[in-house]
This record gives sequence, C-alpha cells and structure tokens, in this order.
Amino acid sequence: MTDLLFLLEVSLAGLGSGALLSLTALAFVLIYKATRVINLAVGEILMLGSYLFFAFAAGMGLSVWLALPLAVAGGALTGAVVERGLIRPMLGESPISVFMVTVGLGSVLIGLVELIWGTDPRSLPPFIANTPVFLGEAYVSRKILVAFLVAAAVMAAFMLLFRYWRGGVALRATATDQAAAYSCGINVPGVFSAAWTVGCGIAAGAGVLLGAIGGISPSMGVFGLSALVVVIVGGLDSILGALIGGLALGLIQSWAGTYLGGEYQGVVTFGLLIVALMVRPYGLFGTHEIERL
Amino acid sequence: MAADTILEIENIEVIYNKSVQVLRGLSLRVPRGQVVTLLGSNGAGKSTTLKAISRLLSLENGELTSGRILFDGQDTAGEEPHQLVRRGLFHVMEGRRVFGDLTVEENLTAATFALSGRGVKHSGFDQVYSYFPRLHERRHARAGYLSGGEQQMLAIGRALIAQPALILLDEPSLGLSPRLVEEIFTIIARINRETGVSMLLVEQNAAVAFAIAHYGYIMETGKIQLDGPTARLMADQDVREFYLGHAGHGGERSYRDIKHYKRRKRWLS
Repeated sequence: MTDLLFLLEVSLAGLGSGALLSLTALAFVLIYKATRVINLAVGEILMLGSYLFFAFAAGMGLSVWLALPLAVAGGALTGAVVERGLIRPMLGESPISVFMVTVGLGSVLIGLVELIWGTDPRSLPPFIANTPVFLGEAYVSRKILVAFLVAAAVMAAFMLLFRYWRGGVALRATATDQAAAYSCGINVPGVFSAAWTVGCGIAAGAGVLLGAIGGISPSMGVFGLSALVVVIVGGLDSILGALIGGLALGLIQSWAGTYLGGEYQGVVTFGLLIVALMVRPYGLFGTHEIERL
Repeated sequence: MAADTILEIENIEVIYNKSVQVLRGLSLRVPRGQVVTLLGSNGAGKSTTLKAISRLLSLENGELTSGRILFDGQDTAGEEPHQLVRRGLFHVMEGRRVFGDLTVEENLTAATFALSGRGVKHSGFDQVYSYFPRLHERRHARAGYLSGGEQQMLAIGRALIAQPALILLDEPSLGLSPRLVEEIFTIIARINRETGVSMLLVEQNAAVAFAIAHYGYIMETGKIQLDGPTARLMADQDVREFYLGHAGHGGERSYRDIKHYKRRKRWLS
C-alpha cells in the first residue's frame, strides 16, 4: 500500500516536471511550425527568463507578480529581436546554417548571463508557498502543482487558439505553404515574428517556473535538451505531441530517477529518443514530411 | 494611363538566381472588368509573369530587373506580396496550393486576411458556397482529401473571399477532366460577369481560355508575340494550327507534319 502511494507521489512529481517540459516543447513547436527553424537556444531563453525574473524580483525588489510578466516580456522581446536581426536575414539559407546560428545564440546568452550574474547557482525569491498539498493521501509539492496547472492552462489555451482563432489559422496556413499564405494576404514575416516572440515568451515563463522549483544557474538551459527530445519524439510541428510527449517524458524521468537512480535519467531520456526515431522518424504526432538536419 | 485599366505591364524583365533570364521585355494590359488570357507553351514564362505581378517571385529567387508593373494605377515596386493582396490583387497559383491540413472552411478563413484594413464587414462565405455548392457540402473536410476539381474550386473560392479587383489565374485546368474543366470555366466566366472582377488567365488549354476571354496574348520565350481580341486570334491561321490543334489545310495531321510545325513556329520566336 505504501509502495503504491509512493509510486503515485513519484508519478505526480513526474507529471509536474513533465508539464514544464511540455511548455518548453511548445516553444520549440511554435517556432518550428511557423519558420521551420529548430531553435536550439530555447533552453537558453528559458534560462535568461529565469535570470530576468531574478533581476526584477530580487535585484530591483519588484513584486513577483510584476516581475513575472516582465520576465516573460523580456524573453518575448529577445525572441523578436533575434528573429528580426539574426533569423530573417538567414531566410532561404540551408536549415543547418540557421540551426547553427541558434546554437551560437545559446552560447552567447550563457556567456552574457555569466558576465552579468556570475556562474554560481542562485535561488529565486520564493513566491509559491512551501507547504505541500495533499491529493487524497498523496503528497505533492505545491510548486510542482502550480507549475503543472500553469503549464496545463497555457497549453490548453494554445490548443484552442490554434483551432478557433483566425491567427491560429494564419500560422497553420504559413506552416503548410508559405507562398500560398502570402497569396491569401497573410503577413508571413509577421507570423514568423509573432511565433518567435510568443515562443520565446513562453520559454521565459517556463524558466521562471523551473527556477522556482529547482533554483537557477547559467547551465539550466540543458533542460531545453530534454524538451527537444520531447518535440522530436512527439513531432516537431504538433502541439498535442508536445503535451503528451512532455508528460510522458516527465513521468519516465521521474520513475527512472527514483527506481534506477538519478544517473539513469539522461540514459533513459536519450535512449527513448533513439528508439522513437527508429520507430517513427517524423515523431508520434508529427507531419510525415519533416526536414532532415 | 487610362482609368479603365486595372493592370499595365511595361517591358518587364525577370532573372532567376541572378543568371537565368525568363522574361525579356514583356508588356501587356488588362482592361478593368475583362478576362484577358495569356497563352504560351511550356517554359514560355507565363507563370513567371504572374509571379512578377503578385511579387511572389522573390520567394523563388527571381528578380524583376527592369520595366514596371502598374496595378490600379500604382507602381507595385517595393510592395510586400500580402500588401498587394490586401489592395485587391489575388493570385490563384498553379497547382491549386490549398492548405492540405486545414479544412475547407479554414482555407477560406485564411483568405479573409486579404480583407485586413479594408473595412469590409462581412466576409463572403455564402457567395463562395453559392458558386461552389460542393465546397459547402465538404466545408468540414480537410482540403488535402478533396478531389482535384474541388481543390481548384477552393483555390478560386479563396480568391472570391478576398473580394479582389483582379484575379490572376494560373492554369485552372491543370490535371482536371474535360468535364470538370468546362464546369469550372463556366463558373469563372460567371464570376467575371456577375462581380465584374478582372482576370488575367494563364492557360495551356487555349480552347477553353478563348471561350471565356475577351482579349488574348500569346507569348514565346519571354515576350509577347501576338495579341488581339479573342475572336481575331481564334480566326488566325497560325493560332488555330499551333494552339487550337486545327490542321492547317484540312484533315488529320500526321507525324510527318511535325517538321513543318517546327519550321512554321519559328516565325513566332
């Protein structure tokens, strides 16, 4: 009985961090869907977001409820500037070149953060209470629960927007056929810009949630790699894939970490990637013709 | 420029990849409210002409190197493709290019972006469905699963949603059965008659194009070789022979005549 309860608690914690993976994966998906660019710097934008929150809340002493939207806006602004300044001039270049630009961008962001805030890990000012929540008998960290609820709400909002909002139609149309989207009067560069802005804003928000749970450090962008596994397994252009893939990977990582030991988390994560790529190279929910890198 | 001209092209030249010249000083004019057809063989540059007009050329590394294009009296140089669409110039591209993952209705919704900033209140879904009842039946189906004819109807339907002043139609007959071609061209003619929208129609099927066009241009290797009112073109001996497939001097043509065809065609280029 206690074993079952323990499994449940481990699973709930896994779903919580899985929701954050889903949220970060959503940033990848949004950007990939619109621009066919795999933005490897999503993890670093996430890291930047958490540091911005740290600067606003701890450094400038702003209320966390003001610091949070500011951090998200800061991430979004970074996305907009990067799209306009680095990505759009690369339009029409080979996908691998654009990909490498985002890899470089990631390193630059890490360097920048280390210059400003140093390399030591820090913790964010607490804004979610430490008191645990009990679901029935199972214990859940309140931070993880909040992260889960926020991530779930954002994912649901995006799924609805994509289906019912005109702007969602514009993004899906652009994803399917850029020239045809232009011919329908859709502002294609505007869609690119919006996808980068919103995607990076989401990543920054995910960074704040992640930082609240585990603290922040310049290397926390590695979390983005796990999210990348999620989108590759779930399908690079599928929000549903990001959601399910994120939750699943969160669960699996949590189980592996608990029952096999923490050192197995990475092995299991990337082992899963290899198996998934062997079985379905275009992802579980993705469109079949995916560009190869 | 006369106020009754919706589109005027003056001596345009287009070069792809900074190396391949496709258009060499092409000029043509579309009077307001009329259907003008642009005919020519494969590779003559018909689609390129349309892309130059709608400015989608840049997506394919093409460049307008000289000449100018006036739409509704204004030079289109420097305009983004989507801005032109919002000004009323709609390009129905070759091969239909419907958004396969989107439903029929969503495809039409995508085209409502063409109305942005024009203060149009209602979008004309009903009008589209009245011209193409098939689309109404299948409005919740994914466009990728439609038949070729239905996809062409959808492509034209998107143009209608945009309430344009000029529609560029790139080979609407492509890959369709003769019966469907007739059906679609009948509707195209009706749309022109009833809404007064001007059209520039690119075709390989000269017979159907002549059936609905008021005026025609014939192009070869990047420039116009011949033009005139449809009736005059249809009576022209060479047009009849090379584009409408009527034998020059009665009776079926045999392969022996192909040599003769090549020789005769040379005057055109």
